[in-house]
Amino acid sequence: MAERRNGMEMVAEKAIELLIRICGISAIVFVFGIFFFVFREGAPALAKIDLGEFLTGGKWIPTSHQPRYGVGALIVGTLSVTAVAMAIAVPFGLGAAVFVSEFCGRRTRETLKIVIELLAAIPSVVWGFIGLSVMSPLLIHGFHVPVGVNLFNGAILLALMSVPIMVSIGEDALKAVPDSYREAALALGATRWQTVWRVLVPAARNGLLAAVLLGVGRAIGETMAVLMATGHSIRIPETLFDPVCTLTATIAAELGETSKGSTHYQVLFLIGVLLFSITFVVNLAADLVVKGIRKR
Amino acid sequence: MTTPAPAIDIQDLRLAYGRREVLHGISFQVPRHAIFGIIGPAQSGKTSLLRCLNRTIDFTAGATTSGTVRVEGADVRSMRNVYELRRRIGMVAPLPVGLPLSVYDNVAFAPRAAGVRSKSELDGLVETCLRQAALWDEVRDRLDSLGTRLSGGQQQRLTIARALSHRPEILCLDEFSIAIDPVTTMRIEDVLKELCRSMTIVLVTNLTQQARRLADRTMFLWNGEVVETGPTEVLFGESPRDPRTRDYVRGVFG
Repeated sequence: MAERRNGMEMVAEKAIELLIRICGISAIVFVFGIFFFVFREGAPALAKIDLGEFLTGGKWIPTSHQPRYGVGALIVGTLSVTAVAMAIAVPFGLGAAVFVSEFCGRRTRETLKIVIELLAAIPSVVWGFIGLSVMSPLLIHGFHVPVGVNLFNGAILLALMSVPIMVSIGEDALKAVPDSYREAALALGATRWQTVWRVLVPAARNGLLAAVLLGVGRAIGETMAVLMATGHSIRIPETLFDPVCTLTATIAAELGETSKGSTHYQVLFLIGVLLFSITFVVNLAADLVVKGIRKR
Repeated sequence: MTTPAPAIDIQDLRLAYGRREVLHGISFQVPRHAIFGIIGPAQSGKTSLLRCLNRTIDFTAGATTSGTVRVEGADVRSMRNVYELRRRIGMVAPLPVGLPLSVYDNVAFAPRAAGVRSKSELDGLVETCLRQAALWDEVRDRLDSLGTRLSGGQQQRLTIARALSHRPEILCLDEFSIAIDPVTTMRIEDVLKELCRSMTIVLVTNLTQQARRLADRTMFLWNGEVVETGPTEVLFGESPRDPRTRDYVRGVFG
């Protein structure tokens, strides 16, 4: 009897292990599957266009008689909007995470968390609408610029969109630091700010980095809001208030107008591969940074 | 020679967590540059009492105190600059809490928080404190590795070094030896005897014999009340004032 039960348990154990293994592997399979599909659609274009010009060329004229497929301006557009967005969002996001986790009272915290979650739930098309109808006139009047839909407008929207994620994840990371660290630091005569800066932030750095990365990922991948708010004009921006165009917005705007299998169509998929690679490099870099920190 | 104010002067201290009172009107004085032992079974309020000294009791929501607590003559309960107060009191917890920093940074943490910037001054301070905590020889070659990677006993000595790093006037040790082997415990006890020339030491301990070895005066705390305070040799002698004291130090109850 006891042996049969043991046998049953062994089978159940194996079954659960297998199930979990499948779950784990499926994540890898999906990622590779998506990459494979996107790459298969785009790959034929590699034979038709010059890869060097594709990556660095500033001219994107896919519909002319002599089409040019240079996404340099789009790459610059995506990176510049993301960089400006992060310059705004990282201090605000992490600062808010520290405030919510360490400095505010219980009531304020609960209220703030609800509001922040609400902020995260706003659909991106609504953000785009806000960019068009609210931010744009504000920028035109506030900074006396001719066009309100531009790099800065898009960056502010992206910042607003990624801050809630950073606050949530960042706060979780700080909350996960044991209270004994706080007490030990305070008992040594450190002020609350010194405790945050010298103990909590170093202790939570992996989580905080993850928070920033998720924000970056959101900003790079965001499409609708930047399509509506950045002006969607393909050129390399010279000032903060120039209209720009991003990789994602180009795919969204143009894919519907191409015929399946045309060079234009294939090149748009190549842009997808490019986005994939950028995200991969960002994640990899972050991973290395975290490992480097851990080794110390 | 005039008698200076006692290092710690506590009058009728009451502490409650919510409605539950855990210290029922405690009064005692700790003379300067002495080792003051506090013995008593678990749950008798020893740790809570220490937390009232450096106001870390503030971290516990719902904790209320009454009475007077004076440290070096200053009223602790009405003090506004608690950071200054905490720098004057070194606190060693029963289980070591190594901050997630290097060995060096652990010890240099409090001096830096207090504004010391000079590298040579910090270097000297770190070495002195680690030597005082009988840890220097074991960690001198790995000051840069994480403090949390040390063994339990080493971490405890690290927290002692850290507690000494801000040159406190009072050093409180809360059952410091429960994570340390007997040999190291003896070494630290020797260190404490040395240190009490320059600071006042409050030694909370479960090991009654440790209080007997070290303390000049000892207080027996039981269920949040002071049973007896007096010279150590009286408490551990043939005729302490309260029969409960005799029973406790002889291991009859507790």
